[in-house]
Amino acid sequence: MKLIASAVVAAVIASAGIASAQEFKDQLKARQGQFNIIALNLGVLGGMARGNIDYDADRAQAAADSLAGIAMVDPAALWVEGSDNISIDGTRALPAIWDNFDDFASKWGAYVTAANAMQAAAGTGLEAIGPALGALGGTCGACHDLYRAPQ
Amino acid sequence: MRGLVLFVLLALMGVGVGLMLIRPQPLSESDIAGITGDAKRGQAIFTAAGCASCHYRPGATDDEKLVLAGGQRFASDFGTFIAPNISPDPVHGIGNWTLAEFGSAVMRGVSPDGSHYYPAFPYTAYALMEVQDMADIHAYILTLPASDTPSAAHEITFPFNNRLAAGAWKFLFFDPQFATPESDDPQVTRGRYLSEALAHCGECHTPRGALGNLDMTRWLAGAPNPTGSGNIPPLTPGQLEWSAEDIAFYLETGFTPSYDSAGGHMAAVVENFSKLPPEDRAAVAAYLKALPGG
Repeated sequence: MKLIASAVVAAVIASAGIASAQEFKDQLKARQGQFNIIALNLGVLGGMARGNIDYDADRAQAAADSLAGIAMVDPAALWVEGSDNISIDGTRALPAIWDNFDDFASKWGAYVTAANAMQAAAGTGLEAIGPALGALGGTCGACHDLYRAPQ
Repeated sequence: MRGLVLFVLLALMGVGVGLMLIRPQPLSESDIAGITGDAKRGQAIFTAAGCASCHYRPGATDDEKLVLAGGQRFASDFGTFIAPNISPDPVHGIGNWTLAEFGSAVMRGVSPDGSHYYPAFPYTAYALMEVQDMADIHAYILTLPASDTPSAAHEITFPFNNRLAAGAWKFLFFDPQFATPESDDPQVTRGRYLSEALAHCGECHTPRGALGNLDMTRWLAGAPNPTGSGNIPPLTPGQLEWSAEDIAFYLETGFTPSYDSAGGHMAAVVENFSKLPPEDRAAVAAYLKALPGG
């Protein structure tokens, strides 16, 4: 009897684990999609900064607008407690995010500031892109340094 | 009886020879004769050597990163090392250290009281530094803000918690020489100095043996992450298929060729390299492309 009870308990715990990974599926997709959109548009601006893509003010502006658009997504909807890499599979988000959520939010705020600065700069000329890109890269690194698990 | 006495004598001699072999070997006064540190020059060398990245307090941002109060924790197979206070505070930091004491710590792994440092402090790399560069770092650190935060004790497991273990380790493995041969190309030579002596890339990117010694036959060939999660990527040309320009751009911005961005401790390395001249980033890139294993 005790054996059956513990098997039931184990099954419940196991299914709770699966359920929570399932529960956050949309948040994970949204988070990772958001970063993919950032990466693809940084690719346009970085390619121009490095001279691999010819500078085109409209194309640079469109990429920067996309970065600024992502900056408008509210992080609270995406970064839900329990969706860290210890609790569920499929993410590199460290639990430290939820231990220091205010700091995490301020690091996202730094991205917002840098993305808006890029939006103001990108259409004005190639020479404005490099510094704005460096600032953006700094905001990515500052957050990854503390809140993303290594690969 | 006579046999026993002889045995004890031999054993004591063995211990004596052993202790001599593992004795601390600080820099001598003649090593630093005529050397005066230049704080202004020291700033860039300090940045390239990544001193602050380990010695600022956990979670420090912006200017706080120049307060070298210590406290960051570094997990290893031997326990957790906690970076000490190396700010200019005369009591809790290094404010009262002489240049010889500072140089002995940085380039020989010997503390002012004559004990061994654990090689979590990368003096194994810094030993390759020019003495003048070491003195410039010292002068620069003395211009930074003091912190009166006491240094915390390392949390090291037996038997490694005895510092003589660090002495034995140094006897076995501390052999200050460059991992790669001298190049005819001055850019590669500069990159070698930045990568091997200052930025100590090998500490994370080279795999280690059972006693924590770097496996020099697999220099920069990638390694498990000492935090226990994931791997530190290889940098050898056959494994890292980035162009030299990709590498330099990554060191400047933290962006990989697919616009992912640096994380973990590498984010701190990128932050440092972004402050160095473009020629230095290009030099590291040239050095990595010139590594064997292409």
